[in-house]
Amino acid sequence: MSEKHNHVEEHRDDEASKLGMWLFIFTELLLFGGLFIVYSIFRHEYYQAFRESSLELSVTIGAINTIALLFSSMTVAMALTAMQKNDKKTALIMIGITLLMALVFLVNKYFEWGHKIEHGLYPGSALMPLLDRGHLLYFSLYFFMTGLHAFHIIVGMVLLFVCLFKVKNGSIHHEKYALLENGALYWHLVDLIWIFLFPLMYLIS
Amino acid sequence: MANNVSHTTEYRTLGKVLLFLMLCTFLTITVTGIHLGPLSVTVALLIACAKAYTVMTYFMHLKYESLLLKLLVGFVFVLFVLIILITFIDYAFR
Repeated sequence: MSEKHNHVEEHRDDEASKLGMWLFIFTELLLFGGLFIVYSIFRHEYYQAFRESSLELSVTIGAINTIALLFSSMTVAMALTAMQKNDKKTALIMIGITLLMALVFLVNKYFEWGHKIEHGLYPGSALMPLLDRGHLLYFSLYFFMTGLHAFHIIVGMVLLFVCLFKVKNGSIHHEKYALLENGALYWHLVDLIWIFLFPLMYLIS
Repeated sequence: MANNVSHTTEYRTLGKVLLFLMLCTFLTITVTGIHLGPLSVTVALLIACAKAYTVMTYFMHLKYESLLLKLLVGFVFVLFVLIILITFIDYAFR
């Protein structure tokens, strides 16, 4: 408490940094939004091919990944709640569970992609140019969009790892948690994108 | 403390939100499983929008944010809808 008396005003603006994070999230939403428009138009033009191609994807894997991401979105929100309540231990556990769920997602994606690659279906493979235009477009968009999304998962994991260590060593605490809050916002963005990717890629047949 | 204005969402609320999101996911899979033709995409997208709205409102705390931020999100949404409309009109009439 003695600290409070000779308190030095720290230059910090959590509201502004949150606003900055949101502005960045807007650019991400528009990036994926653009891809969704490309997807919609080609789906409209090559309806039958898109239908057939989407049958190649496993709805079960997609559903497991959806549940993993939704669950992790809740746990990262809980980590923030715990930090605000000055409950460091719960915050650490919740960030840990979030990271674990992210790993589950990536492992699933690894097997899903691995299965496609085994069948010679990957960008630049010998098989891809032999497909007709509709199938080619579907799988190109599939790899690009889920790949870009998986890249966001990895970035989010790095960010949450940093948060994990900062919570541990006390540089994120119950009066200063802007980084965790922004990291959580980023993680929710990853979840938001998947909410649209899943039905469009896996369920449209 | 001007620095700590963030709202604290209770664990219970977050749990309920997750339950709702899971239910929506289950609903999407079921609905697209039965063949409704073009309607199934519309339904799937509507449910996805409901899920996105819920995530932004509760997980991302938008419900308790400043009017400025809410307006900004609304603005981005309107911008995106406009881009979709203009692109689709272009495609429909070329």
